[in-house]
Amino acid sequence: MTLSMNTPEFLVERDLDRCIKCQVCVGQCANEVHKYDKETDSLSCDDLACVGCHRCVTLCPTHALTIKKFPLEFRENANWTANTINAIYKQAESGGILLTGMGNDKPYPIYWDHLLLNASQVTNPSIDPLREPMEVKTYLGRKPDKLDFSDGELVTEIAPQVELELPIMFSAMSFGSISLNAVKSLAAAAKEVGTMFNTGEGGLHQDLYSYGDNAIVQVASGRFGVHPQYLDAGTAIEIKIGQGAKPGIGGHLPGEKVGKEVSETRMIPEGSDALSPAPHHDIYSIEDLRQLIYSLKEATRYKKPVAVKIAAVHNVAAIASGIARAGADIITIDGFRGGTGATPLRTRDNVGIPIELALAAVDSRLRNESIRHQVSLVVAGSVRNSADIMKAIALGADAVYIGSSALLALGCHMCQKCYTGKCNWGIATQDPNLVKRLNPEIGAQRAANLLRAWKHEIKEMLGGMGINAIESLRGNRLMLRGVGLSDRDLEILGVKAAGE
Amino acid sequence: MKKIYAQEKYCIGCRLCEVYCSAVHSEYPNDLVKAFNRSKIVPTPRVKVEEDRPLSFAMQCRHCDEPHCLKACITGAMYRDEESGAILNDAERCVGCWTCIVACPYGGIFRDESKSKVVAKCDYCLDQGDPACVKNCPNGALIIEEGGE
Repeated sequence: MTLSMNTPEFLVERDLDRCIKCQVCVGQCANEVHKYDKETDSLSCDDLACVGCHRCVTLCPTHALTIKKFPLEFRENANWTANTINAIYKQAESGGILLTGMGNDKPYPIYWDHLLLNASQVTNPSIDPLREPMEVKTYLGRKPDKLDFSDGELVTEIAPQVELELPIMFSAMSFGSISLNAVKSLAAAAKEVGTMFNTGEGGLHQDLYSYGDNAIVQVASGRFGVHPQYLDAGTAIEIKIGQGAKPGIGGHLPGEKVGKEVSETRMIPEGSDALSPAPHHDIYSIEDLRQLIYSLKEATRYKKPVAVKIAAVHNVAAIASGIARAGADIITIDGFRGGTGATPLRTRDNVGIPIELALAAVDSRLRNESIRHQVSLVVAGSVRNSADIMKAIALGADAVYIGSSALLALGCHMCQKCYTGKCNWGIATQDPNLVKRLNPEIGAQRAANLLRAWKHEIKEMLGGMGINAIESLRGNRLMLRGVGLSDRDLEILGVKAAGE
Repeated sequence: MKKIYAQEKYCIGCRLCEVYCSAVHSEYPNDLVKAFNRSKIVPTPRVKVEEDRPLSFAMQCRHCDEPHCLKACITGAMYRDEESGAILNDAERCVGCWTCIVACPYGGIFRDESKSKVVAKCDYCLDQGDPACVKNCPNGALIIEEGGE
């Protein structure tokens, strides 16, 4: 083997005064960073193998471990940064596409952080959510053009709706890309809090049919695990066209992750690669999409709303308008910061547009065309906290999907190595030794806690604005002001500048 | 009586139960670093993680209703604590014949390396509240609850 130019990303430091040589770190690192030498009764580490996931740091009972950025300084160069240089070394060695996991980590502007919420002062009273009722229940689905009443009774037939106790759902993450214990955690949390999890394109595992009322079942380009019972099991069906982390790209679950359970759930042979084509091979136009939407509605006797998920790309507003006209009941838009289990690095970091701008553009377009009520808008792609959710709803979203945030609640440490299948936290892996590290009872509790905490915060902020129902915030862009944004940004967002 | 149950599907084989068990039975029950780095001989853990990956679980004395160890003990050192129902070993009376180790069908009794003759076995951390292994299992794989045999 010739010389490798790869240098460590992280430095593992062990405080020998604190280390008790219990070797928990040795057993917990799937990347085999820590080693114990019996002869010298000492521990050593291979920094090169460290991915910075902090599993060892968290489990070390005496806090003897620290992980630091490896202090190797390249010759200072604003153009050729260490990341850029190292990427070339890697590709010169491998000849392959650079892969990564999770969402875009580049310093593009985060519009959420340039938007500020309003509050009541003097001229309108704020509301204390601890003393007064505060409604955050949300219904997703087609709303009627108008309501007809007869003898005081509603006679308009209402299209099927997804009822959510709070406007937050768990994003599509397939069994395969994440472990069964991770899916079970999210499913149980969704049930406990009264919201939905999304199967992703991995089908619905037999153990999860009991969570069907809290499931949105996905139909993606690979059609994995799609059968009548599956479609009937969910509360809604989502056609996945694209994903924010890899717009225009399909999926590839490597054969080594397709064990017995994944194989049965996806209905593919054990050990075979699960390849999701980039496009749906039966969808090349809005008219084709309409056919699939109505095929699915027909198959489920028009009892379930059908959603269409797209990545936020340049023409997102026009595409969304087409999707609404194709008969979708819900449109999901996934911004360029959306996460994934595996994506080509260059695609993740350079393709798509920010969700904030896409959402504002789509909401405005659908309003201008008077079809906004025909669809619900769900946004995804890095919703990091309850304030992001408030801002998304004020910009026009009906609800949000959280993926990365949900996984963080389960223990993810954002090391971005999901694609290796060696997730030390038992989330993005199918290795039975690692999967059991995530106890779904604990996971469900943590994910449910996160949603409950955010629900409290949303109510606090709504109350501060003097609003007692999330419906009154929806699309209420007057509740937002922009800071540090250009006139063009403000115009697209439909938001006034702070001080205006 | 309350018993410790291992949920093998959640045991991650980290052996933190062993670490904390050793520490609470050392001279420094509340200080892991001192317990391991200052004790002359670190006490033998009274819980042992058995593993055949991916299967693993923490095994300790079952505190049986009809304990073989108690019957086998030649000096009467092994006894049942009236109040808690736990099977305990009186170090003063134990002569280190290891008959109990041979008699235990679970492998729940160990030679205590830190002392000259007595055996080490789970004492439920009776003076500490919940057992250290249960309290410190990072994945909820050890639970203590009322149960039968």
